[in-house]
Amino acid sequence: MSAVTSKDLKAEAKGLNFFYGSVHALKNISLPIERRKVTALIGPSGCGKTTFLRCFNRMHDLYPHNRYEGEILLYPDNVNIISPEIDPIEVRMQISMVFQKPNPFPKTIYENVAYGLRVRGTRKKQVIDERVEKSLRGAALWEEVKDRLHNLAFDLSGGQQQRLCIARALATDPRILLFDEPTSALDPIATSKIEELIIELKNEVTIIIVTHNMQQAARVSDYTSFMYIGEIIEYDRTDKIFTAPSSKLTEDYITGRFG
Amino acid sequence: MEDIKKRIAHIKFWNGLFQVVGLLSTFVGLVLLFTLMADLFTDGAPRLSYKFFTSFPSRFAEEAGILSAWVGSCLVLLVTACAAIPLGVAAGIYLEEYASKNRLTDLIEINIANLAGVPSIVYGLLALGLFVYFFEFGESILTGGLALALLILPMVIMATRESIRAIPNSIREASYAMGATKWQTVKWHVLPYSTGGVLTGIIIGLSRAIGETAPIITVGALTFIAFLPTPPVSSDFPFISFKWLFDPFTVMPIQMFNWVSRPQKEFQLNAAAAGIVLMGMTLLMNGVAIYIRYKFRKKIKW
Amino acid sequence: MKKVTPQKVRERVIEAILFLSALSSILITVSIVFILCYESWGFFKEVSVIEFLTEKDWMPLFANPKFGILPLVMGTLLTTGIALIVALPLGILVAVYLSEYAPHKIREIIKPVLELLAAVPTVVYGYFALLFLTPILQKFLPDLSGFNALSPGVIMGIMIIPYVSSVSEDAMIAVPMHIREGSYAMGATKLQTAFKVVIPSAFSGIAAAFIIGISRAIGETMVVSIAAGGMPNLTLNPLESVQTLTAYIVQVSLGDVPHGTVEYRTIFAAGMTLFLMTLGFNIVGFWLRKRIREVY
Repeated sequence: MSAVTSKDLKAEAKGLNFFYGSVHALKNISLPIERRKVTALIGPSGCGKTTFLRCFNRMHDLYPHNRYEGEILLYPDNVNIISPEIDPIEVRMQISMVFQKPNPFPKTIYENVAYGLRVRGTRKKQVIDERVEKSLRGAALWEEVKDRLHNLAFDLSGGQQQRLCIARALATDPRILLFDEPTSALDPIATSKIEELIIELKNEVTIIIVTHNMQQAARVSDYTSFMYIGEIIEYDRTDKIFTAPSSKLTEDYITGRFG
Repeated sequence: MEDIKKRIAHIKFWNGLFQVVGLLSTFVGLVLLFTLMADLFTDGAPRLSYKFFTSFPSRFAEEAGILSAWVGSCLVLLVTACAAIPLGVAAGIYLEEYASKNRLTDLIEINIANLAGVPSIVYGLLALGLFVYFFEFGESILTGGLALALLILPMVIMATRESIRAIPNSIREASYAMGATKWQTVKWHVLPYSTGGVLTGIIIGLSRAIGETAPIITVGALTFIAFLPTPPVSSDFPFISFKWLFDPFTVMPIQMFNWVSRPQKEFQLNAAAAGIVLMGMTLLMNGVAIYIRYKFRKKIKW
Repeated sequence: MKKVTPQKVRERVIEAILFLSALSSILITVSIVFILCYESWGFFKEVSVIEFLTEKDWMPLFANPKFGILPLVMGTLLTTGIALIVALPLGILVAVYLSEYAPHKIREIIKPVLELLAAVPTVVYGYFALLFLTPILQKFLPDLSGFNALSPGVIMGIMIIPYVSSVSEDAMIAVPMHIREGSYAMGATKLQTAFKVVIPSAFSGIAAAFIIGISRAIGETMVVSIAAGGMPNLTLNPLESVQTLTAYIVQVSLGDVPHGTVEYRTIFAAGMTLFLMTLGFNIVGFWLRKRIREVY
């Protein structure tokens, strides 16, 4: 693994292992996450990239028989967010996630964005109004929905729904934003909008994105990590990975020889 | 950061509280069920004896028994089973295996869902108008059995359909590919593989029928019967008689209802004893149904 | 031209028999409607519809009979209302608990046991309401009469919990996991997820469950016949004795009312009212359940 170019880290996985029951899904993973940069996780299906991503906001705690070992440190507090002493809810309140399929709640557009604030007990309408507008603007959706904030979110198109989910995730000022193949259910135009958005968002928030689309990783990310059967094979600057990978396996994958 | 910790403690408190409340609510029903059985048992158990099962009702509470009631229940249930099972299973097979998607089948479907929600006493009124007076079956075992058959028919149809639907299409295709006709496929594959579910549905339907009171009251079952129906088998030619179908009758729940409604404490104890027997019959049938479902689910896995 | 073989004939005959069996369900509905209409028609020839709907007394067996259905409808609504106050909150709590909190194994055990509540013969519940619950309630409510609407209402409520909880739970389980994950990922607890996301998502299913419960309570007969008394009473006081539509039909059926008289026909008029009330709820419920199937 090549050297990290910057010391400005937001988070770092150190010796992370993860088990689904007796299945050893992530093997001794170490990975730095640069502050306000986009880190892409790529690799063939089943390589563990989504599993790894879901460790960052402890989604695995929702299901029985899952077990973490090792650490994911969140900087600057230096807290191990996968330690059993840390409440998963506390982690999720700081690290938001956007899913593969748009999953808006059966509520209005406004209430979808306000959801995280309400979960945190915010009551003041003025505060919520401001945050909803700011987040929708941040997700490049404001202009399209400002006149129908109180319509049901299901009325939006797939791409709009996904941007709504991004707005929902942004509303609580997350320290890290996780994207799990956010465009796999979208058409090319909606996809390019989301990609532009991700590039813009990194000015404000640290991003980790899982994608099976290598062009996408090349377009949006600053750093890329190639994973294979639960291990990180290579991590480097994205331009380096795509032009001069140091591992043969990485090269085979990005040139489309397997996967 | 401190704020967030406080907030988390707060929402987690409510979450924990709800978990307890939810668990308690779940147990309210169960606790009631056990209280009910315990109450019934303490009141009625002393009355349970061989004599209680072999005596007719009587003006004297200590001498009264449930002979005519349980015999009546069994005979009524026999009629119900004979009418509801073939009709319900056949209808279920038609709707799942034969029916094409059209207005008529849609109508039949809505209609069955609706019939399942019709109050049981309305079936009683139907039976009163149709079987008692129109077909002139009178206030007989036949009428009672048919009334209950109509009542459980939607349940049997729905259970049949559900278990047939669980059979994967590949099985049917395999059978057709061997040149089997539709009916052969149904007879050799669909029916045998869905037996578990169908049987479960039938037993649960019959257990509902045995506890039903309202429709039997409207068709005019008597509350005081001190004789048994004509025996179905006789020593004279032709040895088998269907005269019992047209005999007046009473059933277990009606006997219990009659005793509950009396002001004397002694009769209410009889009611409790009859209740124990009735509960025993229903729980037994439900137990058998659960066992069959479990057994068949283990045997066939798609 | 295709050859007609005996096998083909047999196939057609079997199909025809099966079809007729399926059609029999329609025949049942038609007969119900016909019988109710026919006998009610006879009733309304002698009693005006206006009197039936507006008269405040129901005294059909008196020398000077009065035929106002309102007291019976009110009795039905009162006991049903009490049952719903018990069954809806408890049913929904049970459903949320089983679908969102309970471990899979516990759910598999509790569900069938809970469904036994619906399998207990209603006459046994009637016994329980009259001889167990009413005496207990009378200790707290000295005004409670021996026959009252409260006790059977509560018992009916507990009786219909499984109807409400089971259908609601099915609807909640059908809410896809990724919707829940969206909520958990925002830092929500199970409670917040259940009430803010799962219940709204499963709304039509839960509404259907409520309607099934309502229509059960309206049509329930034995509990109210045994424990609510036999006094047609235009009241909303749960401590008093009331008579429901169903209990009235039972009362008349137990007596010796000759076929073809107005008194005989009253039970069909009452039955018609009952049928229409439940029919309305059933249709709405069926439509709602159909809707959930379409959403996901």
